[in-house]
Amino acid sequence: MRKKKMIAMLLAGGQGSRLGVLTKSMAKPAVPFGGKYRIIDFPLSNCVNSDIDTVGVLTQYEPLALNAYLGSGQPWDLDRMNGGVFVLPPYVSGSEGQWYSGTANAVCQNIPFIDQYDPEYVLILSGDHIYKMDYAKMLRAHEENGADATIAVLTVPMEEASRFGIMNTDENGRITEFEEKPKVPKSNKASMGIYIFNWRILRPYLLDDDADKASSHDFGKNIIPKLLSSGAALYAYGFEGYWKDVGTIRSLWEANMDLLGAEPEFRLADKEWRIYSKSPAMPPHYIGGEAEVKNSLVSEGCVVYGKVEKSVLFTGAHIGKAAVIRDSIIMPNAVIGEGATIEKAIIGEGSAIGANAHVGAERLPEDGEYNTALTGDITLVANSVNVPEGKRIPVGKIVE
Amino acid sequence: MENAFGLIYTGDASMQLRELTYSRSVAAVPFGGRYRTIDFMLSNLVNSGIYNVGVIAQKNYHSLMDHLESGKEWDLHRKRDGLFVLPPFVTHDNTGVYRGTVDAIRSCLGYVRRSAQDYVVLMGSHTIYNTTFNDMISKHIASGADITIMYSRDDEVDRKNQYDDLRLKFDEDGRVTDLALNPASAETPYRSCDAFIMEKTTLEYLVEDAYSHARYDFTNDVLVRNVHQLDIRGYEFTGYVARLNSINDYYRHNMALLDKAVSKELFSHDHPIYTKIKDEFPASYVGDGCAVNSVVADGCVIEGYVKNCVLFRGVHISPGARVTDCILMQGATVGEGSVLDSVILDKSVTVNKGRNISGHRTYPVILRKGTVV
Repeated sequence: MRKKKMIAMLLAGGQGSRLGVLTKSMAKPAVPFGGKYRIIDFPLSNCVNSDIDTVGVLTQYEPLALNAYLGSGQPWDLDRMNGGVFVLPPYVSGSEGQWYSGTANAVCQNIPFIDQYDPEYVLILSGDHIYKMDYAKMLRAHEENGADATIAVLTVPMEEASRFGIMNTDENGRITEFEEKPKVPKSNKASMGIYIFNWRILRPYLLDDDADKASSHDFGKNIIPKLLSSGAALYAYGFEGYWKDVGTIRSLWEANMDLLGAEPEFRLADKEWRIYSKSPAMPPHYIGGEAEVKNSLVSEGCVVYGKVEKSVLFTGAHIGKAAVIRDSIIMPNAVIGEGATIEKAIIGEGSAIGANAHVGAERLPEDGEYNTALTGDITLVANSVNVPEGKRIPVGKIVE
Repeated sequence: MENAFGLIYTGDASMQLRELTYSRSVAAVPFGGRYRTIDFMLSNLVNSGIYNVGVIAQKNYHSLMDHLESGKEWDLHRKRDGLFVLPPFVTHDNTGVYRGTVDAIRSCLGYVRRSAQDYVVLMGSHTIYNTTFNDMISKHIASGADITIMYSRDDEVDRKNQYDDLRLKFDEDGRVTDLALNPASAETPYRSCDAFIMEKTTLEYLVEDAYSHARYDFTNDVLVRNVHQLDIRGYEFTGYVARLNSINDYYRHNMALLDKAVSKELFSHDHPIYTKIKDEFPASYVGDGCAVNSVVADGCVIEGYVKNCVLFRGVHISPGARVTDCILMQGATVGEGSVLDSVILDKSVTVNKGRNISGHRTYPVILRKGTVV
C-alpha cells in the first residue's frame, strides 16, 4: 500500500437516538438531508474536495442502509486504485473482538487499517454534521504550527458555550485548557469534533487509553485531556461558516430550512465546493398546472400537483392535488395524498399520507397525553408509515 | 445476460434539427430536461441485460464522447465487454469519411467479429422510446427470420420533414412483404422504430455484399432492396415513440413530457433512463419564483415565472422574467424582466435584462449554444 500523507476516519457508528424513529433502521449518517443528499455526503464531499482520497467509515449501528449507499464510493470519486472509501465495522480477531465502545476505541480497533497507509496525519470526522470545510487548509495550519493535534473550533454565542466542549487558547491559538460543557465558560471556541492528529503521536495514546479500564474511550473526554496534560502541542483551528449538528429532530428540520431563500444560511448552489451524492436516476421534477411552489427546494423525480411553501421535497416525493405543504420536509419517495395538509412536519422516507389527512394540526384536548420531548412543535412521521385518509395528527406527535 | 450486443449509429443526417446539431451529433442532442438522445438507446440496451455496446461516431462526436466518457453512468464500464466508441479512422482502403451507413458499419466489422454474442441490436440515434429487447430477441430467434424490425403505429406522413421514414407491409404470417422509404403517402401505418435485430453473421454478410456492389445506405440498399430475398419480420412497440426529425418534432416531443402519461412511459420506474451525473443541487424556488405545468431539472434557480416549459439542469430565471412554452437547455440564464415565449435556448445561452423574444408553437425560435442576447 502506498504511503498517504493524511487519511480520514469518519465516525459513523452512532445510533442518533435523538433523531427518534428516523434512525430506527438506519445509522444517523444515512439520514436524508437537503433534498437529494444524505448526511454523510457532506463530510465525504469535503474530503474529496480537500484532496483526501482515503476514508475509513466506522460503523456498527444499522449499517445496511449506509453500506448500500456507499457502495464502491464511485459517486464521490472514491473508487480508487490506491485508497478509496472503506466501511469498517467491528470484527473479531483471534479469540478477541468487541463492539466499538467509544470514538477512540473505534479508531483504536482499526489501527491495522490506518497502518496500511503509514500516514503522517489522521483526520477524525463525525458523520452527523452539515458544513463545507477545506480540510487541506486545516492541515496547512496544523503543519505551520508544528502541532501534535489540531482541533477545529467554531465561535459560538457566549450564552450557548456551556452546551459545547470549549477550548481555551493562548494568543497563538495553542490550547491551554479543554472543558466539556463548562458551567461558566471562559471562551466561546467550541470543538466541532474534527481533529487532525500526527499519527505517530496518536497511536500510542489510543493503545494506552484502550488499556485504561476507567476510560470511556472518547476523543473529547479522554484522548484530548490526556494529550493536553502530557504537554502535547494542541492547536485550535478557527472555522468560519455554516456548521450544524443535525443530531436532533429540531436541528435536522432547521438545517433543512437553512437551505431556503435567495440568500440561504447554507448555500448548496456552490460550484466551487460541490456536494456529491448517489444519483437515483430519476427524471426532472414535474410541477402540475394547478400546483404552486414557493420558496422551496424540489429534487429530481418529484411530482407536485399541490401547494408547497417553505419546504424541502426530496427525490421522488409526490404531492397530490390540492395538498398543502408548509414549513416541512418530505423525504424520498413519500406520497402526500390529495387535499392533505402538512405543516411544520418531517415525513419519513417512503411514507404515504392519506387524502385529506392533516399532519401538524392544532393540539386539542381529545388528543390526550403524548411525549413531545424529542420533537417540540415539529410533527414527525417515521419512514414507511401509512397515515390513513382524513387522519388528524396533532403538533409534536411522532407516528410510527 | 442476453446473447446480443448493441450497435448504435450516431451519424444520422440531421439537417432538419438545424442549430441543435451545428456543433453536435443527433445522438448528443439534449432531451427531456437532463438527457441526451443516446441515453435512451443505451439505457434500453442495459435494461435488456445487453452490456456490450458499440457506438459508431461519425461527425461532431466530441460532445458525444464527452457525454459518454467510460460508460460508467450506464453501468457499461466493464472489464469484459462494456462501451466501445468507434470513431472513423483512415486506412489504405478506408478514407475515414463514410459514404453511408453501410460504410460506417463496415469499418466497425472488427468490433462486430470480436464481440462474443451471436445477435446484434442495430439502432439509429434519433428515435426515442423506453423498451427492452428481450422479448423481441426471443421472438426473432423463434421465427427464424433474418431480420426483425421494431415498428410502431404512425398514421401520418410529414412530407416536409420526412427523414428515414421506413414503412412496413406484412402478409398474414407477419412476414414483411414491402418496405418503402419516405413514401409520399402513408399506405401503411407501420413505421420502423430504427431498431433491427439479426445474427451478427447476417449483418457482416449484408454489409460486405452491399459494399462490394458500391451500395452504401443500409436502409435503402440492404433492407428495401432485399425485402424479397430476406425473411424480414416486424415486432410491434406500442409505447410512446419520439422521432426527432425536425425542430417541430423536437419541440413537440419535449413538450409532451408535460403530459404525465407520456413522461411515465418514457421514464418508467422499472426501466430507468441513465445519464451523465452532474451533481447539481435540488432546484430552488426563491422569492416570487414559481413554475406551472413544467418539467424542471436539478440545479435550476427560479425567481421568475415559468409556465409550460422544460428546464434543463442549471437554468436561472431572474426575478420578473416570464418564460412560457420554452425549452431552456443546461446553463441558460434569463435576465430580470425578460419575456420569452416559444423559444428554444441551447446550452449556456444568456438572455440579458429586459429582452423580449417570441416565436410560435408552430415555429419556435432557436438560439444557438452560447448566444448572448
